[in-house]
Amino acid sequence: MSVVIRIENLSKRYRLGSIDRRMLYEDLQRRWAKLLGKEDPFAFVNESRKTGTPETKEIWALKDVNFEVRDGDVVGIIGRNGSGKSTLLKILSKITAPTEGSAMIKGRVASLLEVGTGFHPELTGRDNVYMNASILGMTKAEIDGKFDEIVDFSGVEKFIDTPVKRYSSGMMVRLAFAVAAHLDPEILIIDEVLAVGDSAFQQKCLGRMSKVAREGRTILFVSHQAAAVENLCTRGVVLENGQLKFDGTQTEAISYYVNSYTPHTGDLRERTDRGGRGQIRFTAIEFRDREGRAITSAYAGQDIDIVLHYENNAPHIVHPNLFARITIKTDLDVPVFVQSNLYTGDNLGAQVGESGAFVCRLERLPLPPSSFRLSCLICTAPLGGVVLDDLDNAAELPVEGGDFFGSGLLPSVHQGVALAAGHWSLEPSAVGGTPAKSEAACS
Amino acid sequence: MSSEVTTPESAEGWTQVLTPDRGWLDFRLGELWHYRDLAFRFFRRDFVSSYKQTVLGPLWFVIPPILTTLVFTVVFGKIGQISTNGMPDFLFFMLGVTAWNYFASCLTRVATTFTSNAGIFGKVYFPRLVLPVSTILTNLLTFAIQFGVFLLLMGFFWVRGAPISPNWRIVILPLLLLQMGALGLGIGCIVSALTTRYRDLALMISFGTQLWMYASCVVYPLSEIPKDWRWLFILNPMVPIIESFRFAVLGGGIVEIWHLGVSAVLTAVLLFVGLVMFNRAEKTFMDTV
Repeated sequence: MSVVIRIENLSKRYRLGSIDRRMLYEDLQRRWAKLLGKEDPFAFVNESRKTGTPETKEIWALKDVNFEVRDGDVVGIIGRNGSGKSTLLKILSKITAPTEGSAMIKGRVASLLEVGTGFHPELTGRDNVYMNASILGMTKAEIDGKFDEIVDFSGVEKFIDTPVKRYSSGMMVRLAFAVAAHLDPEILIIDEVLAVGDSAFQQKCLGRMSKVAREGRTILFVSHQAAAVENLCTRGVVLENGQLKFDGTQTEAISYYVNSYTPHTGDLRERTDRGGRGQIRFTAIEFRDREGRAITSAYAGQDIDIVLHYENNAPHIVHPNLFARITIKTDLDVPVFVQSNLYTGDNLGAQVGESGAFVCRLERLPLPPSSFRLSCLICTAPLGGVVLDDLDNAAELPVEGGDFFGSGLLPSVHQGVALAAGHWSLEPSAVGGTPAKSEAACS
Repeated sequence: MSSEVTTPESAEGWTQVLTPDRGWLDFRLGELWHYRDLAFRFFRRDFVSSYKQTVLGPLWFVIPPILTTLVFTVVFGKIGQISTNGMPDFLFFMLGVTAWNYFASCLTRVATTFTSNAGIFGKVYFPRLVLPVSTILTNLLTFAIQFGVFLLLMGFFWVRGAPISPNWRIVILPLLLLQMGALGLGIGCIVSALTTRYRDLALMISFGTQLWMYASCVVYPLSEIPKDWRWLFILNPMVPIIESFRFAVLGGGIVEIWHLGVSAVLTAVLLFVGLVMFNRAEKTFMDTV
């Protein structure tokens, strides 16, 4: 087996802030000022004035990454948000160039960062299949050869000459996935967005892709979901803060990934990796039981309050439609549920003052014993609002065994990441003469 | 899937080497050729979708030039009394407008390539030049339709005995179209490469094209310009092209070989600079959106 991808010292730097959306006249004024030996009129106050070069904020999204992929490998690239996996994907897909280092590739590459790129609502299904497949790099002859297979696979034969704007969204996705599933490159690069979701159709596509993998094709699969990597891949590499931290079998890589997690401790005010405008900032997160006592862990089925303490730098601004949201994720970053005042219809009031807390009451906590993480977000409005603060992994919520079902029994987190309340009954067939069957409950 | 362009590393069998720098002159035209079907697909998509769900449908291809021509005929021909060298005012203006529109829409559409296609560019790689090329194909087809209508009207005027003399020189039209396409592509590429950093240029381009039209002999013949100042107009590469258009189709105008030579050299230089700048911008464009 020969090496088909060789990545050497690959690095990618992003500049933040001043490079974006610059105005031409600002640049000209800067040059003019420099020519006259004056100060840069747009320099930031804290910039060193001696050198005259503006210190732009830089981030190394990837730093000195080295690895090789052999023919027939199915490599899972694992990492948390911001670890550099999307950047690596973009470089290998030629969407952006590296800042340093190189990547060498042998063979035809197809990369799927999205399904249905280039779909146009006014064109027919047939035209869109050709459009999308050509964008992904297939030649007309190749598409001609596979067209019937693609249409069969998608199950929209009847409507293939109808403009896709008349399709249901499901049909559109099926058609797009069918094209993606019929790419036959030597190297396939897949983003995780294609693997999430639960429809049987997506499973069918993944099934076809893993068939491709068994035929000896090379696949790079990017994910932060351990389960998908475990099933599909034969090798795993872990990225952390732009650096390659681990390279081995997929099972070893997953266990490295799971164990490497360190929760953020300390004051949330010191977190710099937050999004949003920042008039309102989360300062601390607290869990309380029904009686209002602070708790450090919850049990399955408990009623708990999640208290998001905040500071408000601009108390004079009125936010009549404030939108707050929490997301509970597993320690492998799989989202379990979100909760927000948008869904409950609760109004958080217009005057938020200088500080306070948003309190979210969760009734009968539907989580099995495990460790979960909480992310929180606050916006000025649910639709088209401005994000004020956005914190990923703001707090850790350990859940212990509890009496969720009233029976004292609980499934484990490996069987399912959430619990569902319910009850069971037998419904014998009521038709006279036929013997009662218990099939209804099994089907 | 990328093309099988050979690289210096091909001794080791690498088909692609992704590095920070790529040669200034490495336009990868072989790759562009590999993706020719895609250029055709974009062309088809733009053409089909441009008149769907409009009341007048394909008529939209001919309404704007005819209305513009009528306005010019009234304002510049009747009120302004601008000489048209004896050619019927309507034909004189319509030919200029049709040719200018082709160039202007090539220029403005190519100029917004990066900003209006950021969605696709962020998700998949293909040679970015595919889009400008397909834009020019779309505009060529629009031009062909408009020019067809012009020929019908010209036939009508001719039958009525208007002093026009279509002649064999009409065979140079494809060359003029090619040159206008190249010029639009070149300047459009320069602007689109600059707009990835300076967004305000995008606002300037449609306004600038309008002004440029008035400097390009669209609403007046070159013969109206005093002899001493003509050299200045020749530096505008569009002037000899528009004049040649009229000369070839209607049989009037000032065309000298050296005018066309200057125009061709300027076009070649602008196209080259445009391709170099576009090539440099496309590598890291996605980092700045």
